[in-house]
Amino acid sequence: MSITSAPPQKGFIASASNYLDERTSISGAVKEFGRKIFPDHWSFLLGEVALYSFVIILLSGSFLTFFFQASMTPVEYAGSYVPLRGVEMSAAMSSTLDISFDIRGGLLMRQIHHWAALLFVAAIGLHMLRVFFTGAFRKPRELNWAIGFVLFVLAMAEGFTGYSLPDDLLSGNGLRIIDGMLNAVPVVGTWITFLLFGGEFPGNDIVGRLYTLHILLLPAMVLIFIVLHLMFVVIHKHTQYPGPGKTEQNVVGYPVLPVYAAKAGGFFFLVFGVVALIAATVTINPIWNYGPYDPSPVSAGTQPDWYIGFADGALRLMPPGLETVWLGYTWSWNILIPMLVLVVFLLLAFIYPYVEAWVTGDKREHHLLDRPRNAPVRTAIGAAGVTFYAVLWAGASSDIIATHFKVTMEGVINTLQALLILGPVIAFMITKRVCLALQKKDREMVLHGFETGRIVRLPGGEFVEVHEQLDEYTRWQLVSFNDNAPLQLKPNPLGKITASARFRVAMSRFFFEDRIAPVSTKEYQAALEHSSH
Amino acid sequence: MATNEHGSSDVVPVTPPSGAVVGTGVVPADAFENPGLPPHRPRVTDLDPKKKKRAARFIVAMFWLSVLGSVSAIFAYMFYPIEDGSISSVRLNTLFVGLSIALSLLAIGIAAVHWGKAVMADKEGVDERHPVRGTAATRSRAVEIFKEADEESGFSRRTLIRGGLIASLVAFPLPAIALFRGLAPMDVDPNTELKHTMWKKGLRLTQDPTGTPIKAADVTIGSAFQVIPEGLVDLPEHEKLDAKAKAAVLLVRLKPEDLHWTSKERESWSYDGIVAYSKICTHVGCPVALYEQQTHHLLCPCHQSQFDIANECKVIFGPAARPLPQLPITVDSEGYLVATSDFTQPVGPSFWERSTT
Repeated sequence: MSITSAPPQKGFIASASNYLDERTSISGAVKEFGRKIFPDHWSFLLGEVALYSFVIILLSGSFLTFFFQASMTPVEYAGSYVPLRGVEMSAAMSSTLDISFDIRGGLLMRQIHHWAALLFVAAIGLHMLRVFFTGAFRKPRELNWAIGFVLFVLAMAEGFTGYSLPDDLLSGNGLRIIDGMLNAVPVVGTWITFLLFGGEFPGNDIVGRLYTLHILLLPAMVLIFIVLHLMFVVIHKHTQYPGPGKTEQNVVGYPVLPVYAAKAGGFFFLVFGVVALIAATVTINPIWNYGPYDPSPVSAGTQPDWYIGFADGALRLMPPGLETVWLGYTWSWNILIPMLVLVVFLLLAFIYPYVEAWVTGDKREHHLLDRPRNAPVRTAIGAAGVTFYAVLWAGASSDIIATHFKVTMEGVINTLQALLILGPVIAFMITKRVCLALQKKDREMVLHGFETGRIVRLPGGEFVEVHEQLDEYTRWQLVSFNDNAPLQLKPNPLGKITASARFRVAMSRFFFEDRIAPVSTKEYQAALEHSSH
Repeated sequence: MATNEHGSSDVVPVTPPSGAVVGTGVVPADAFENPGLPPHRPRVTDLDPKKKKRAARFIVAMFWLSVLGSVSAIFAYMFYPIEDGSISSVRLNTLFVGLSIALSLLAIGIAAVHWGKAVMADKEGVDERHPVRGTAATRSRAVEIFKEADEESGFSRRTLIRGGLIASLVAFPLPAIALFRGLAPMDVDPNTELKHTMWKKGLRLTQDPTGTPIKAADVTIGSAFQVIPEGLVDLPEHEKLDAKAKAAVLLVRLKPEDLHWTSKERESWSYDGIVAYSKICTHVGCPVALYEQQTHHLLCPCHQSQFDIANECKVIFGPAARPLPQLPITVDSEGYLVATSDFTQPVGPSFWERSTT
């Protein structure tokens, strides 16, 4: 056995590194990751915003746990906020008021925590849209889409459990709605609410239970899934936008050390700084205006946090009278249908990568992103989904819309009901046409160059505008994209046309029938010859 | 369904085979060639040493500005204390501590990003990608390892042991599920709890939150009272909200001729135009707190269900499916409003066993 010693190096850094490496083998990690290349694009920052908001939430949330009491024991409020002095409330509400009015910087931390939470869910949502519209979910990243989706749901659960903790009037009504929804679940609904609330609503347990979920179980799960998510980013290497020099076999960008570390590290502070700036200047969730929870009063214009809006809107947009008694039991369709719609909507988003993979039958790895226009039907489906979500979301503010624009509440709701059905269809058609038009424009640009604005008079008196050819880098941007052609129906070796083959062909037609192929070199040559005549 | 390298053989791929399974993807033979990376464009800080120097100075200044922000946050903490009962002191504390922290953070961020973008070497790199799947050798070795492990353990061969393992692993989490039964009290049946409220014959209607009884004579036409049952305020703290969440009632008085009844019996539940309805929405349980005096409509602010008091609180708009339950009332010998029974049906949101007896 040979004993090798580190090469003699002097200085503190050298000996410290040597000490560490001899005990951790860390030089291997530095060699592997230190110069790893990350591509640059603003849209890649959305996921980073989500990650950083989570860090901010962990930091500010830890501060809050030192002061918050997750207890529904009634106390008489005796803190600094005069209007509520002497009012009976839970220890949770009272300690939240103490954080806001008696602890220096407490309100700031509460607001940082709440704003960062709102940003967290928003950034995840935008990041998912970026991944969807660029086709980044394609092989080999389908599983990472699923992991990201789980994170999105966990983030909403984190938000809702946290929102309910102060036990104020608004969050209590939110819990009441959850109670009402769970009660509608067939067979087990009543028991689920009794187990959740420790008996009848509101009971004395729910805040403590949500607290355990909010600061222990859910964050642990978020953390695990973030680790998995990032692990896959390393395994797959990051996707990149198409462009000259970029291929399916390479990654072009900047190395982790030093440039990427400086930019990404600095970006963390920028996100944190912006959240702090908002928290210092803009009030969020002023529970002192709402007062402690009481099942009888409620204020007009109740609103959930933004990310629960689509669920609340789904409840609001149901037409009246949908409840039946069947087999002696109560079926609350007015609650079950919205719940089902939400589950199906989320499920469709969840399985979309697998649907598209099945339709194309494409088994290649895709590391170059699609420009949204080059996948018209996918982009149109995304636009339809966004519209559907947006209408549900607007539904949660139907009363606010009505009062602000001085229109009737019934009118707003009926309009939104119609839009919920028609909106996605219209959005689909418009988006698809816009994508195809943009693809045609790209073809035009490649074949005939761009308009220079220079008008020339020909000897015959004719005026023409001079077109100039694109440079080869810009041209490559416009001609290199992933193209699919629709399947044709053909009998299988037994001479049969199966129903599943028919369905697949129909799906393939739906996706790829209106197809603008990329310009080929032959077409380009022909166009060049034509223009030189 | 038989498959070949193009996927299912029922369907014809448009493209000729080209090694990889491309499905419906089109790989044209006469595609353009990738021109390669465009020539590097130097930054202004690379061309002009003065600009680079200025950028470096800016970065240094930003880092020190951040230090200043951090220090000023501590000063703000000290010099803007919260005074008892003063909202503006809370506001100033939040504002100045917050702005200083924001300054400290933003300055670090701006400095680091600017350092990365303008001063650090502007060298784009290219990494090679490799297929995510392992190499053929690795994959076959992995299969081999599982085979060896199976051989050595007898996992496939010893079906009885395997069956026992699976059964025990399935069974072992079951006790945990049983333990969670303790989340709800053992002696309470939700079905009976949800069907009864505090109200009973002879119980006076009292004002929320004081608990003062209400005289029929005090209820003028057009007025509305938030009502709780007599004795609710004296309940132990931990039972109060549970009881109130079911028993809250809204009391209004209309002209008797404005009230339309479907039966004489229902009419007898009111007293001289005074009617009492459950305040808990039959949709998902928010308090139906908004009373529109002119139209006699009740509106739930959560999901905009509307109920018509003039017509036994039937649903006239919104997602609720059932009318608000009516509390039968009359007056006692002293002229106070009293309930003549509990609600005749469960109040609040629907639940599975609602229609069972």
